[in-house]
Amino acid sequence: MIYKVISKAEFKRFIDALVQNNSAFGPRLVDTDSRGESVYQFQPVSSVEEIAFDYTRTASSAKHFFLPFREELSQFHFHDDDWEQNVSYEANPVVLVGLRACDISALNILDDVLLNSHFPSACYLAKRKNTFVIGMDHLPLPDCFCKSLAHHTVSTGFNLFCSDIGEKYYLSINSSKAFTYLKEFQTEEPSHEDNCLLTERRKLISRSFQTEVDVTSLPSILDIEFDSPVWEKWGAKCLNCGTCAMVCPSCYCYSVEERFNIDLKGASRNRKLYSCNLVDFAVVAGGHNFRPKNGDRLKYRYYHQHRGFAENANQQICVGCNRCGRACLAGINPKDVINDLRMEKESCMICVSQSPART
Amino acid sequence: MHDMRFAIPRQDLNREAFASSIPEFNRRSDLMKTDMGYKCRITNVVNLTDQEKLFQLRIVDPQERRIFRFKPGQFLMLELPGYGDVPISISSASSNHEFLELCIRKAGHVTSALFRTEPGMHVAIRGPFGSSFPMDEMSGNNVLLVAGGLGIAPLRAPLFWINEHRDRFHDVHLLYGAKEPSQLLFSYQFDEWKTISHIRLHTIVEHADAEWKESTGMITELFRDISIDAKHTYAIVCGPPVMFKFVCSYLDRLGIPMNRMFVSLERRMHCGMGKCCRCMVGSTFTCIDGPVFDYWSVMNLKEAI
Repeated sequence: MIYKVISKAEFKRFIDALVQNNSAFGPRLVDTDSRGESVYQFQPVSSVEEIAFDYTRTASSAKHFFLPFREELSQFHFHDDDWEQNVSYEANPVVLVGLRACDISALNILDDVLLNSHFPSACYLAKRKNTFVIGMDHLPLPDCFCKSLAHHTVSTGFNLFCSDIGEKYYLSINSSKAFTYLKEFQTEEPSHEDNCLLTERRKLISRSFQTEVDVTSLPSILDIEFDSPVWEKWGAKCLNCGTCAMVCPSCYCYSVEERFNIDLKGASRNRKLYSCNLVDFAVVAGGHNFRPKNGDRLKYRYYHQHRGFAENANQQICVGCNRCGRACLAGINPKDVINDLRMEKESCMICVSQSPART
Repeated sequence: MHDMRFAIPRQDLNREAFASSIPEFNRRSDLMKTDMGYKCRITNVVNLTDQEKLFQLRIVDPQERRIFRFKPGQFLMLELPGYGDVPISISSASSNHEFLELCIRKAGHVTSALFRTEPGMHVAIRGPFGSSFPMDEMSGNNVLLVAGGLGIAPLRAPLFWINEHRDRFHDVHLLYGAKEPSQLLFSYQFDEWKTISHIRLHTIVEHADAEWKESTGMITELFRDISIDAKHTYAIVCGPPVMFKFVCSYLDRLGIPMNRMFVSLERRMHCGMGKCCRCMVGSTFTCIDGPVFDYWSVMNLKEAI
C-alpha cells in the first residue's frame, strides 16, 4: 500500500479522467422515497459532476456489478442428435466510484466465498478483475452498525481508498493501475499533519456510531437458541419476499436454471440470485420442503449470516450496513432480531418495542 | 475524445491460464473450468421399477474418462441440456473406470425428461463432488449397511468396494427395506451378493404380497434377526429422512460410537460446489462437506434430520 494526499480539486480532475474514459458507475440521486428521504443508487456516470460524493447510502448494493440478478453460465448448441457446450467468461472494464468501507468488506467476503474456496467461480473472477474500485470513507448513519462487525474500516479489496481529511483526500493506493493513473496528477507525500488528520478522521468515524449490535459469541447463542420462540415471532411477520437478500451486499445464494432458446436450436444455463426466505428455497424433487415455516427460513438466514459462515470462514457474512432492515416491508431488522435472541431488555419478548424508525 | 492513458485494460479470462489468474489484490485460488461438463453417452437403460431406472453412462472423451475418478459415496451433477442439472449419487463400482451407473427415480422436471432418453443420446456430468465413505478406515471390522427404498443407490458403490476387498471385512450385513416387494431395487443382484460376496442380506417390506416370503414391517424390526458386535462395527445408513432418526438412535442404543455411523443426506442442490447454498444444513454444505456425514456431525447440525 502506498499513501498519498491529493487536493480535492485535483481529485475531481482525476476522477473525471477515469469516468470519462471508462464505463463508470457512481452514486446518484434518483428520487425521494415515501418518507421524503433521498434515494441514491449506483448508476452510470459520465462526468465527475454527476457523482454525489456526499451520498448517504445506496438502496441496492454494489454486489450486482459482480453478481447480476441473471447471468449466463454456459450455452448449449443442438445439432443433429448431439449438442455442444460453450463456456465463456465475458467482462468489460468498469470503474466503481464511491463505495463505502462496508461495501468493500462485503466484496472481500464474496471473494472468500467465490474465489478462495473449493471451486472458484470464474464468472465472478472475470468481473472482479475487470472492476476498478474506488472507496470513500463516510460518517456513519444512525442505523449503521458496521463497527460492531469491524467493517467500518477496510484494508484490502479496493484499488484506491479515499479518506476525507478536510482540504484534501488521503489516498490509500492498493494497485499498480491506480498508482499509474495517479502519476498524471499532482499528489504529495502525506505530511505529519496529514497523518494526524487521518487519525482524527478515523477516530471521528469510530465515535459516530449510534447503533451497536453485540455479536460476540453469537454463533453459540444461535445454537443454544435454536428452538427459541423468537424465530416464531419474527417469522410471523416475515413476508417471504426475499428483499433482504436482494439488497444485501454479501448475500450470494443462487439458483441455476436452464431453458431452451425460442428457436429450439440451443439452450442456456443461467444463474439467478435467490433468497433463502423464498418459500421453495429448500424444496426437493418430490415436494418435501426442508424448511416449511417462515420462522425456519428466517432463522436459516441468520444462521447462515452469523453462524454457519463464521464457522466455515471465520467471519460473519453480515457487514452491518442495515440495508435489509431499511428495505424490509415488515420492519424486520438484524439489530432487533439479534437483541431479541440475546434477551436484551430494550426489545425482548416481553417488552417488544417497535422497530426503530427507518431513518 | 478518449484519453487512452486512463482507459482500464480489459482482462480476458477466457484467454488466461486459469491457475495463475488472480485479481490484482486479494488471495490466490486455483481455478478450474467447473462450468464445463463432461459429455457422456447413455449406453444402457435398465427399467428397475415403474419409478426407477438404472442409467449406464460412458464419458465420451478418453482423456476426461481418465480424469474422472470417484470414491464410494460421492455424487455427480447430471445435466440434460435444456432441462437442467440434478445431483445423483453414483451407484457403480469406483473401480469401474469405463462405465458409470446412476439409479434415478422419476421425481421432478429433469428426471422426468431423463426418463424419455434412450441409449445413444448424450448428457453431461460434472463432478465428482462431495465426501465419501471411509472404506479404508472401516477395514478390519464388521459392516452394517442399512438402506431404505432408493437409499440402496448410494450404498451400491460401497457394496462393490466391499465385494472387491471382501477379505478385509468380517461380517457384512445389508438390511434393506421397501414399501412393497416390487419396489425392491437390484433384486437381480441379491443372489450374487449373498452367495459370491457372502453378504448377509435381510430384506423387509411394509406391505407384503402373496409371494413374499421374507419379513414384513418397518426396517428397525430387522435388527432383531441379527447380532451386532457394537465395538467392531461400522454402520452406513441411507434412506428417507424419517428413517435416519429411528435407525441411528437404535444403533446409538446398541452402543455403536457416533463417529462410526455414517449417513448420506439429500438436499436440494443447484451447483454442487458449495456456492449456491441451497443444500446448506445449519452451517454445513451437503455438497462439499457431505453428502456423507458421520452421525456425530449430523447430531450437531441443527435441522439435519
